Amino acid sequence: MSTEAVGLRAGLRLKSQVCATEVIVVRPGTRPLSLCCGGVQMLGREASGPAGVTPVAERMRGSLLGKRYTHPEDDAVEVLVTVSGEGTLSDGETDLVLKEAKPLPASD
Amino acid sequence: MSISMLLSMAASASADRVALGRKADGITFSSLERDANAGATLLREDAAGSVAFIGQNSPLLPTLLFASAAAGLPLAPLNYRLPGEVLRGLLDRLDAPVVIADSRYVEIAQSTGHRVISAEEWLSAVRRTEPVPGPEADPGSAAVLLFTSGTTADPKCVVLRHSHLLSYVLGTVEFASAEEHDRALISVPPYHVAGIGSALTNVYAGRGMVYLPDFDPATWLELVRSERVTGAMVVPTMLARVVEHLDGAQADCPALASLAYGGARMPLPVLEQALRAFPETGFANAYGLTETSSTIAVLGPEDHRKAIESDDPALRARLGSAGQVVPGIETQIRAKDGSVLGPGATGELWVRGEQVSGEYRGTGSVLDADGWFPTRDLAYLDEDGYLFLGGRNDDTIIRGGENIAPAEVEDALLTHPAVAETAVVGVPDDEWGQRLVAVVVLREGARAEVAELRAHVRGLLRGSRTPDEVVFRDELPYTPTGKIIRRRLVAWLSAAAEN
Repeated sequence: MSTEAVGLRAGLRLKSQVCATEVIVVRPGTRPLSLCCGGVQMLGREASGPAGVTPVAERMRGSLLGKRYTHPEDDAVEVLVTVSGEGTLSDGETDLVLKEAKPLPASD
Repeated sequence: MSISMLLSMAASASADRVALGRKADGITFSSLERDANAGATLLREDAAGSVAFIGQNSPLLPTLLFASAAAGLPLAPLNYRLPGEVLRGLLDRLDAPVVIADSRYVEIAQSTGHRVISAEEWLSAVRRTEPVPGPEADPGSAAVLLFTSGTTADPKCVVLRHSHLLSYVLGTVEFASAEEHDRALISVPPYHVAGIGSALTNVYAGRGMVYLPDFDPATWLELVRSERVTGAMVVPTMLARVVEHLDGAQADCPALASLAYGGARMPLPVLEQALRAFPETGFANAYGLTETSSTIAVLGPEDHRKAIESDDPALRARLGSAGQVVPGIETQIRAKDGSVLGPGATGELWVRGEQVSGEYRGTGSVLDADGWFPTRDLAYLDEDGYLFLGGRNDDTIIRGGENIAPAEVEDALLTHPAVAETAVVGVPDDEWGQRLVAVVVLREGARAEVAELRAHVRGLLRGSRTPDEVVFRDELPYTPTGKIIRRRLVAWLSAAAEN
């Protein structure tokens, strides 16, 4: 399976080919990424991909709704899960990690 | 992505949690989503170009906000206290608006000649309508239109696009961070940016909202206690009234974990009394403008606590600051010649960030070439990035060549037990350029002489900051969002001086 590193942009919406996961790129980071879910390259939300794609078994640990994920080597990456699913988010072989929440006090 | 996504995520995570209204008969997040989608179906069929709302903050507001968003139409909440001709003028500036109005405002809404549907009628139609999915609104399209009351005569119409509002919510709120028992008390009107902001942030946080549309301090306290409200936002005049009502007693609101305030300058004496009355509550000052999609700087509970407990004057002074800017916001303090100043220097505050709109219908964007927005507020940043606001550029009084900030004199007057409210303005003077006039509203039953109040200020501040005159009035003119209308006082005082 081939994955391609692509420069992301803020606002880009992507979906998993192997589960329900959908994300939105909040901050694109400083370099191109191969954003995958379940070990398979994610597609643009409006794109249609081939049927019957198999996930990578070890990469199905799940993504959590509303959580932000970042790259262990680039904390300028921020991806928000808008629909949760069973796949694990990664940049190719590097799993994305949960970004620590630093909540502000409610202001309105 | 549009603001609709905020609701669909919330409904996914907290479907059966009460979103709107009281515990007993509230509307759940999933019902709110259903209503919003049904409302959107109705609005699309109606073929309106925009949605105007004349009514108070209530469960209808988030429903209408998300329905308009799902239909791809901007929502323009209008000030329900405005006279018919003014409302007509504002409605005429919108694209083919359909007006949804609370029943008590239907008549005045109809007098504008625009199409009006009563809130009850609209809601019952929503409940009878089967939601039909439609295309999602473009992130670049307008989500909310807000008329600013500002200092100019003709209100400007701020355009808040989905992208701005999303940036604000995603940047400042953690998804589904509220607990089942959390409750926000909404008492700011829908035409105030916080009235819209609170609908979005509470939905995204999964926090239920209860409403108090007609504020009065006794009812506010009662509701906070009976509904076990955990978070509330108030404008300074509301907090002043709550504090005055308590009259030194403790507020006794054990569930109130946080109290946010903003919208206008908070007089220091009021804040200090409030901190004493609500000792277990975390206070947060939120600074923001309509043009910046609400909050861009927050002074949090820790900072309030450190300031009030500290002997260090620098930390204590932070109580008067607007706090630090939120993630995604950059700041510049600029001198009159446009050069960027360093920490400690006062100039005009400019801000930049994805949540900053700076765009008005008709006149367009006021952002500079690099995307910076001029707030027209004087400010300085300290070494640690704390923002200190110095009042609007145009509020500074120049008396005998000396610059005087009204806030300093106002705070001094407010420490006098007889003074309930005050505004200090500069009135044209042949000798001084401007003379300092304090307009004072006394507490009910209280008395004070002019000489006494002048001596009180002289005892606290430099002689040149003593008001030249003190004038008593029953009330001060405020904008609908609680800011003092200084030019009206100056005009009144100047006219009185001529007679």
